[in-house]
Amino acid sequence: MSSDRIKIVWIYPDLLSTYGDQGNTIVLERRAALRDIPTETVHLRSDEPVPDDGDIYLLGGGEDRPQILAAQRLRADGGLTAAVQRNAVIFAVCAGYQIIGHEFGGEEGQPLPGLGILDIRSGRGAQRAVGEVVGDVAAELNVPRITGFENHQGATTIGPNARPLAKVVSGVGNGDGQGFEGAYAGHTLGTYMHGPALVRNPALADLLLTWAVGMELPPLQPSWSERLREERLNAVLTPR
Amino acid sequence: MSDLPLRSQLAVALGKTAARMSRLAGKGDGSVIGGRIGLRLDPELLTRLAKDRKLVLVSATNGKTTTTRLITSAMTPLGEIATNAFGANMPTGHVSALASAPDARYGVLECDEKYVPMVLKETGANVVALMNLSRDQMDRAAEIWLLAGKWRRALEASPESHVVANCDDPLVTWGAATARSVTWVAAGQHWREDSWCCPECGGPLDRQGTEEDSDWRCRQCHFARPKPDWVLRGDHVLGPDGRAVPLSDVQLPGRANRSNAAIALAVVAQFGVPPEQALPLLAQVRSVAGRYTTVEHQGRALRLLLSKNPAGWLEAFDVLAPAPGPVALSINAQGPDGRDTSWLWDVDYRILRGRPVWATGERRVDLAARLEAADVQFTVVDDIEQAVLAVPPGQLDVIANYTAFQDIRTRYGRVV
Repeated sequence: MSSDRIKIVWIYPDLLSTYGDQGNTIVLERRAALRDIPTETVHLRSDEPVPDDGDIYLLGGGEDRPQILAAQRLRADGGLTAAVQRNAVIFAVCAGYQIIGHEFGGEEGQPLPGLGILDIRSGRGAQRAVGEVVGDVAAELNVPRITGFENHQGATTIGPNARPLAKVVSGVGNGDGQGFEGAYAGHTLGTYMHGPALVRNPALADLLLTWAVGMELPPLQPSWSERLREERLNAVLTPR
Repeated sequence: MSDLPLRSQLAVALGKTAARMSRLAGKGDGSVIGGRIGLRLDPELLTRLAKDRKLVLVSATNGKTTTTRLITSAMTPLGEIATNAFGANMPTGHVSALASAPDARYGVLECDEKYVPMVLKETGANVVALMNLSRDQMDRAAEIWLLAGKWRRALEASPESHVVANCDDPLVTWGAATARSVTWVAAGQHWREDSWCCPECGGPLDRQGTEEDSDWRCRQCHFARPKPDWVLRGDHVLGPDGRAVPLSDVQLPGRANRSNAAIALAVVAQFGVPPEQALPLLAQVRSVAGRYTTVEHQGRALRLLLSKNPAGWLEAFDVLAPAPGPVALSINAQGPDGRDTSWLWDVDYRILRGRPVWATGERRVDLAARLEAADVQFTVVDDIEQAVLAVPPGQLDVIANYTAFQDIRTRYGRVV
């Protein structure tokens, strides 16, 4: 944390905010506030420069064209690469997840260059993955089973310099046949759990906050988010 | 109708029989099954049924059913109108609507956004009304930029069709801009989260003026708001002749319905129905397929509002009784609702602070997590009845998404 507050930068809501992505900023602000940690959130439009003093950068989902535009503008800006170098936290969802990798598939599936700040490569998968996804998170992150909703046609392969965020229990996830969902390296984390992924996974939100402040945070009273997480896990994993 | 080839006549007859049986079995109004059987027997049935009629197609993310109803009402001076009044807005529904009104010279058809190109091609509709595009049920619906691109190609290939389009919505404007003739209506846009970027080049869109009267243009390319022929201003519409037409008699509440009424006036003007003749007919519409209906139950007056997506919630909030009027919210995530509830996070629920709020529906826990994060005080109930009995006698506004709305409507008395 660079100052007395956590600075959250929501990258390009004008391009990458397809479905409830705002929820991630709201949850981070709220879980910080409940611990008396002030936050400042910047809704960064795509015609503005990426601030160099952010603590947490969020990237959301988007349609094909906005995704391509966002990648072009972020590559030209260079601010996110610098943010990774100073160990800021990056949380990227869906189209944003693909953008932070080395390459992703364009409107016709053609390979397009990403930011290359996470060692993943994405292309177009055979079919669209739409539905609930559940995964068991890499042990070193100490985050319980995650739940989300995926809606993508990507196939993402993780390179040697990144690790899988989770092993898929139900759903598709990265969709490259390896059975993983999401990827991370250092303080950069990406996932296909689209939209407000942190709402259903408060422990994942707390992991990002912990990275941002650089120390363990006190636990919070359970909220409706925990109830929601349990309900969704039960809905997916209970045989009917 | 008698002009139809024998096979088509048979297709229509069998479709009607199936529809009647479906109705008798209590499975809705039967228009989908009837149309499906008709189209299977004669794949060109829609084209044949549309022949020699003057047709209007109505499409948008929100307001299709209501605007279809308003236009139909305002066109009654022209004679019988064929219409799919119950929201069966795909080709099967269009076939049923046209087949059940064989002598109608006019038709007003609500059309699902994705089906506009196909239905336009098959019917050669005379007028196409296009109102708004915003994020909606993305687990099954098309991406809206893609959708607008398909409208462009379809309209380019249909030069005889006249378009009436809302030029306050940049994506709709872009989708309509390839039509040979367009009436532009400044019908307003309140949900703007899907139109920060130029649909033509991706550059930033700059807006000027007030929310009520807002001009927009791209900072990077030539794309800009066309000069409107009709302008919605508060509760008046300014027509092409510059006269102000008051909308105060329109019974359907809120700015979204004033917007729908403005589009309806511009559409019926294409058929020679002037605003002064159309207005009293618009005023006859009081509820549309249960929407805006008030039902009485145990001394409470429940007003039912349907909201299916973030833009729709914004419009529902606009018509709520003033705070501290109580509100019940009900959310499901069945197929027709979209199985993904992420969109709840695009709705700004803070406006409900200071009211008694009840959360229910199959996805009430999703709703609770959202309301909690917005610092809204609320009570979660398993059943809408608990909310109804908990409020004092008087009005209760109920906002629900699609299947939740149908559940409540069925329970407290279907008003069709």
